[in-house]
Amino acid sequence: MDYSQFGAMLPELIILGVFLLVFLYDTFGCDCSKKFLTPFTTVLFGLATVAIWLIPSYDEYIFGGMYVNDTACQAMKAILNVGVFIVFLQSAKWTESDEVAIRKGEFYELILVTLFGMYLMISARHFLLFVIGLESASLPLAALVAFNKKHYESHEAAAKYILTAVFSSAILMMGLSFVYAFSGGSLYFSDICSNIVNGRGTGLLVVALAFVLAGIGFKLSLVPFHLWTADVYQGAPTAITSYLSVISKGAAAFAFFVIFAQAFGTLYSEVWEWMMYAVIIATITVGNLFAIRQRNMKRFMAFSSISQAGYIMLGVMAGGIGLASMMYYIFVYIVSNLGAFAVISSIENNSGKLSMDDYTGLHKTNPWLSFAMTLAMFSLAGIPPFAGFFSKILIFTAVTSTGSTALYMLVLVALINTIISLYYYLLVVKAIWITPGESAIANYRSACSERIALWLCVAGIIFFGIVPFIYEYCVKAVIG
Amino acid sequence: MGITLPVLILALPFAMFLILGIGGVKMSRKLAGVLGICANGALLAMSYTVAFTYFFSGETAYIIDGVRQQLQLFDVTWMAFTERLVVNIGFLLDPISAMMLIVITTISFMVHLYSWGYMEHEPGFQRYYAFLSLFTFSMLGLVVATNIFQMYIFWELVGVSSYLLIGFFYKLPSAVSASKKAFIVTRFADLFMLIGILVLSYYVSQTPADGPLGGASAFNFIMLNNNSANVLESTLCGTFMGGSILSWAMVFIFVGGMGKSAMLPLHIWLPDAMEGPTPVSALIHAATMVVAGVYLVARFFPLYLIADGSLLFITVVGAITAFYAAVVACCQIDIKRILAFSTISQIAFMMVSLGVTRPELHEGMGYMASMFHLFTHAMFKALLFLGAGALIHAVHSNNYTAMGGMRKYMPVTHWTFLIGCLAIAGIPPFSGFFSKDEMLTAMYANSPLWGAWMTMVAALTAFYMFRMYFRVFWWEENPHYKDHTPHDAPWQMSVPLIFLAAVSCVAGFIPFGEFVTWDRAPYHIHLDMSVAIPSICVAVVAIAFAAWLYAKKNEKPSKMKVAMPVLWEAAHRRFYWDEIYMFVTHKIIFNGICRGIAWFDRHIIDGTMDGLAAVTQFASAKIKGMQSGNVQTYVIWYFFGALLLAAITWICLL
Repeated sequence: MDYSQFGAMLPELIILGVFLLVFLYDTFGCDCSKKFLTPFTTVLFGLATVAIWLIPSYDEYIFGGMYVNDTACQAMKAILNVGVFIVFLQSAKWTESDEVAIRKGEFYELILVTLFGMYLMISARHFLLFVIGLESASLPLAALVAFNKKHYESHEAAAKYILTAVFSSAILMMGLSFVYAFSGGSLYFSDICSNIVNGRGTGLLVVALAFVLAGIGFKLSLVPFHLWTADVYQGAPTAITSYLSVISKGAAAFAFFVIFAQAFGTLYSEVWEWMMYAVIIATITVGNLFAIRQRNMKRFMAFSSISQAGYIMLGVMAGGIGLASMMYYIFVYIVSNLGAFAVISSIENNSGKLSMDDYTGLHKTNPWLSFAMTLAMFSLAGIPPFAGFFSKILIFTAVTSTGSTALYMLVLVALINTIISLYYYLLVVKAIWITPGESAIANYRSACSERIALWLCVAGIIFFGIVPFIYEYCVKAVIG
Repeated sequence: MGITLPVLILALPFAMFLILGIGGVKMSRKLAGVLGICANGALLAMSYTVAFTYFFSGETAYIIDGVRQQLQLFDVTWMAFTERLVVNIGFLLDPISAMMLIVITTISFMVHLYSWGYMEHEPGFQRYYAFLSLFTFSMLGLVVATNIFQMYIFWELVGVSSYLLIGFFYKLPSAVSASKKAFIVTRFADLFMLIGILVLSYYVSQTPADGPLGGASAFNFIMLNNNSANVLESTLCGTFMGGSILSWAMVFIFVGGMGKSAMLPLHIWLPDAMEGPTPVSALIHAATMVVAGVYLVARFFPLYLIADGSLLFITVVGAITAFYAAVVACCQIDIKRILAFSTISQIAFMMVSLGVTRPELHEGMGYMASMFHLFTHAMFKALLFLGAGALIHAVHSNNYTAMGGMRKYMPVTHWTFLIGCLAIAGIPPFSGFFSKDEMLTAMYANSPLWGAWMTMVAALTAFYMFRMYFRVFWWEENPHYKDHTPHDAPWQMSVPLIFLAAVSCVAGFIPFGEFVTWDRAPYHIHLDMSVAIPSICVAVVAIAFAAWLYAKKNEKPSKMKVAMPVLWEAAHRRFYWDEIYMFVTHKIIFNGICRGIAWFDRHIIDGTMDGLAAVTQFASAKIKGMQSGNVQTYVIWYFFGALLLAAITWICLL
């Protein structure tokens, strides 16, 4: 075997290196040095992020075509890394809390392992590698969800997560075994792509694709595979919730695109185009319908993220430019959603309040947090001139640029749904600024790391939209 | 030239807006004022560096064989809708934008300095400086725009900052309604401009990308102007109500300019805009923003030249407006309103001068003359406004009836104001004479009708300016001075007056044709005595007539008023334009059209929204059972969901 092939998977190696260093530090560092674990990890990871933005990519397939790290994959990984970095920053204070401080090493290690798995999901060009990536991104997450050992909700959430995850893996495997039958005994994407047309017109093929879609759709929490989302998001520690809602979802969306475009691309108009219509409409609508009822902020964000996943999936319908606009959408979604979560977790860490009703009058006691939350909500709702507006408009134009009437109708449904989403996002803003009443949350000064995370998100929300180069970067990464 | 200076020229005022706007609350007045003035001084220095390098360095990048070049110092893609409909943000340097850089930053700096004295005791001083910075930023962005879309964005920003500054005294109901009026009227005009832009860019973007119009975005000025024949060709595919598409597009774009430049019938906002602080009137409503329309026409001049009928339209609108505003100015009492109507009239002068320009007539000197007048007018009109501000500051009233005999009390204001009046009246050697003479020459060359008509307007100009001058500084001393003696303003206010007066004395000797011409090749200015002598004569006669009427207190003015009551009343009430607008909007539009629209809005639009909300709430309540919290149910949903998906797809495929 040619070991130089490992040189092509530099991003994975970097993350592995970070993981090993953190692991060694956590295991063998003396007790007095433990308190530096958080800054150590954050700085190290920050450097890794910069490195991944800078290192070159290789367009060659390695390990017999199982793995590739082209510019698009590399850009996806870089985008995910920025998100993880922000998550680390905003969870720094939580990891120092009494209950967690002793186990904070585990938190970082588990996150890094899942990130490694997500990298494999994105870069895999063979279903075996993909499944390995998917599972290593899934199982540690269950442990993370259960991280608050002393809280019943955390256990319940983890149990629900692991049970549904196992079920969804089984369904995915079943679907893949059908695919294996059609592809003439190969799980390479390229082989599947050329051979799967043999199964054209059979019901089994449709079922196979539906099962694969369900398996990946589980991670993306597409409707009707989303039911775990709200309970898990609510029960998990907030740092994990924000990780689940952006990074895990973003990685799954990228992998979804790669698989459906590369392995099943030939069947688009015959089979899965129709599935996408059904799933996208159901996801956006059901997510919105549930979101308007929520008062618990984490549950609220869970349904909001379901509906956002529907918008992200729109990019799948539009080919290369769709991938570019999807990457841009996810990047914007990362900063907007993490901005909201940064505020939620900061408030939770300081006062334990999680209900929207507690946010009443927040602008009087914590104007900066209110400001950041408002921007995040505006961006998620897609109000110009914030980044969320541009990401929505770009993904809509990408979809409609193909010119088919059905896609226009799809975008129309999505547009109507943005009106509904405007309602519930503005509910938060209304609670903060307009609803009269004394604030339940006293004025406090958030931790330095939380503030950095917030400023990063706010800067992203304001500048990603009006500064064009992020989108251009995505287009360049995809189209070249 | 690198891109550092251009970027800084745009970034600095915007940064000052943010700093003063956000941090202003915590700053002392002095700090905010000094900060604003210093930043503006730096801006002035940078803009002068850029403009002077452009005009005088003689490098081949800027001038080749005497022809000045147009260059885009930077032009970055901002939003790409399609291959060709690309919105860029850039910095265009050419003679007119370089000239505007000088005008804007000079006046802006003078106004910043002046406001330090004038606004000293007003609450919201920091906010005022923040808005001034925002305005400066927007206006600079407008003049350096590389494409019509960027210009449109900054055009609106200028409108917003004008709105904010007119309504600066937001506790006064008149200021609030004036700001709303200004915003709505100009915004109404901008709607036409947007339609014009869309029509033009639509047709241009339809042409093949490898053709002469390819390669750049469909909004780009240089591309459009240099390929005007191809633009015409691309729009030849149809006509609308007898006019070619290009003519319609250019006229619609000009309507936007009519709104900002207060041309008849969209002029009604400018007199009311005088509710804003006087330095603001000097900056925005005399020197810079209101000439945006002139600048727009000058910027698109090659297209106006070939869009048949559009220049004639501009000329006619300008000629009517110039005369109308001059007549109204003769019958106003409020000195700021007089200056406002004078501004309208002078801008219309520039419009006519652009409208009569043809390349074959004196090498298209009307364009040069118009820009020249824009430059000199900015200086002397800002001077007059700042002088009026000093008067108002001294007597706390806008009406000349509260003044009279001020020359003894306010010598600095008196002499500088006199220079301003002489300049606008067209008396040599003050700057207005030279620019006005060039304009009149161009008008006579086009048609004696325009020449004669505008000479008459020039006579009226001299008359109403000196009417105001004599009424304020001569006439009879107001008895109230005994309780409260007026005096000259503090140095922060006097320095700008003296500086601008000095500029007004010498600016006429600038060989303007060497710098700014329509084809950017030099044009050698020479005085045409057959035009200059009659125009001096009519100005002198008009001034003498004003002196005869107003130099000393007498009964002649009131006798004239009594002799022609209808005319006086009509002119004083601005020929009832406001009443006409009130009638049209309140009686016809509000009652006739808006009722229906309001019903439609309340019942159909709101009804749809309410219905959507009700359906949403209903559906949401119905499906909440899905989220039972029960893992077994989740898995069942999951499995049957996947099967259902397959089934639906299978059915669709069959």
